[in-house]
Amino acid sequence: MKFALKILKDFPAYLWSGWGAVASILLFIAFWDAGNQVYGDLVLPSPLETFKTLSVMLSDESVITEIKTTLYRASIGFGLSLVLGTSLGLLAGFFATASMMSRPIVTILVGMPPIAWIVLAMIWFGMGDETVIFTVIVASFPIVFVGALQGTRTLDGELKEMAKSFKFPWHMKFFDVYFPHIFSYVFPAWVSGLGMAWKIVIMAELLATSNGIGASLAVARSQLDTPTALAIVVIMIGSLMFIEYIILEPIKREVELWRD
Amino acid sequence: MERLEVKNLNHSFGFTKILQNINFTLQKGEVLSIVGPSGGGKTTLLHLCADLMDVQEGSVTNSFVSSSFAFQEARLLPWKNVIDNISMGLLAAGYRRRDAIEESKKIALRFGLEERDFEKFPKDLSGGMKQRVSFARALVLKPSLLFLDEPFSALDIGLKKELQTILIDMISKKEISILFITHDLMEAIRLSDEILLLKADPGHIVKKFSYTLPQHERDDAFVYEQSAKILQDEEIIDTFELRMK
Ligand SMILES: Nc1ncnc2c1ncn2[C@@H]1O[C@H](COP(=O)(O)OP(=O)(O)O)[C@@H](O)[C@H]1O
Ligand SMILES: [Mg+2]
Repeated sequence: MKFALKILKDFPAYLWSGWGAVASILLFIAFWDAGNQVYGDLVLPSPLETFKTLSVMLSDESVITEIKTTLYRASIGFGLSLVLGTSLGLLAGFFATASMMSRPIVTILVGMPPIAWIVLAMIWFGMGDETVIFTVIVASFPIVFVGALQGTRTLDGELKEMAKSFKFPWHMKFFDVYFPHIFSYVFPAWVSGLGMAWKIVIMAELLATSNGIGASLAVARSQLDTPTALAIVVIMIGSLMFIEYIILEPIKREVELWRD
Repeated sequence: MERLEVKNLNHSFGFTKILQNINFTLQKGEVLSIVGPSGGGKTTLLHLCADLMDVQEGSVTNSFVSSSFAFQEARLLPWKNVIDNISMGLLAAGYRRRDAIEESKKIALRFGLEERDFEKFPKDLSGGMKQRVSFARALVLKPSLLFLDEPFSALDIGLKKELQTILIDMISKKEISILFITHDLMEAIRLSDEILLLKADPGHIVKKFSYTLPQHERDDAFVYEQSAKILQDEEIIDTFELRMK
């Protein structure tokens, strides 16, 4: 609670520090506009046209439905990865054998290209929610898993000994010694897992479903509707940036104040 | 009567014998030092006495009502500020949070930390300050027995003196018993009632020295004089490999 308040209190200062980011986004839009003047509307519609299309789309009920569909798939997939990845990662981390055995599996999961998973999932689950959700899980689970595993594996033996010498009860061992350390590994893993989930959900939808914003992107491509395609890209990137910079980063800052 | 009794203690890591046939008794109110070269098994011995490690052979009987440990390194929780770090032991002992914080602040000031340091995380502290915090964390519990593992070795002379003075004050009031581990002979002479000399490979006790002059009456001259006396001893020269080659 105290923590949440502190995050809110520091939020304006954090936003203020974001001027550099805003400037770089504006610069990017300027280049984009220049690109439009060189290559023409069909190849690269102007930022203005894109944002107009975007605002039309966002007031369209059916587009909102597509976004909701995608959000639903991404959150189910990411939510499952988060819960499974964190709990299994912690479990594996506490046992040396388990962490050794899990390594090759993680390598396979990380090394296999997502597109191959999509193809397999299409064969196994057909065209629909399951395929997308499965692919999202397969892509983001290993990231979360590895984060939790490393957090647990790198627990400091000297601090454990210190806790033992002061006879910490179990809840203090957990909340004051283990948790902050593990969390400092798990939280960044959640953030990258989320980014991964969001990218993969669009890709899987594009290839394997007839709804969701990924599918809308496929439709826009087949109709050579570049403004809509770009507007969808803006939605994807905009939402990711919102989650990352407005929600996650301020939390991360407070959580990791103690770090160098 | 509270005491710590070590009998016929042996310890090995794998096939390497680290400690061999260690025997001593630490009585309440006493300061017992174990002096020996680095790698001689001193930390291992202390961990066995403090029940941080399982005894393999022999016995350790500790009847002190309370004890705490100051490690060779500060071992602070990096995600807790100074005061929270100090209060950890109190909280573990069941103190209410408010009381623990209050006690911790009091002792922090006594150990030369300043109010503006209270909220700092260990990453923003100098080595000496970390060691003060570690010391405060151990002493705020008012332990009956204190385990000290070369806590002064990384400190500059001034701070070393300062912390030693606090200890000597507590020793004179008979508030505390100390099992003190060091490779610094003069430090041991300043603080101890009894010094055991631990020789390495495997660690065994070769000599015993006792001092009756109360600690607060020992001045530099006394420490130098006693050191000089001890350093003439063949056994010491051997143990510390001081012989001129
Ligand atoms: N956990 C351990 N496993 C194996 N060897 C150890 C372990 N801890 C210490 N040793 C070895 O035991 C010897 C004594 O170490 P230690 O007790 O730390 O000595 P000191 O504190 O006197 O410097 C050293 O050679 C060290 O390498
Ligand atoms: Mg040592």
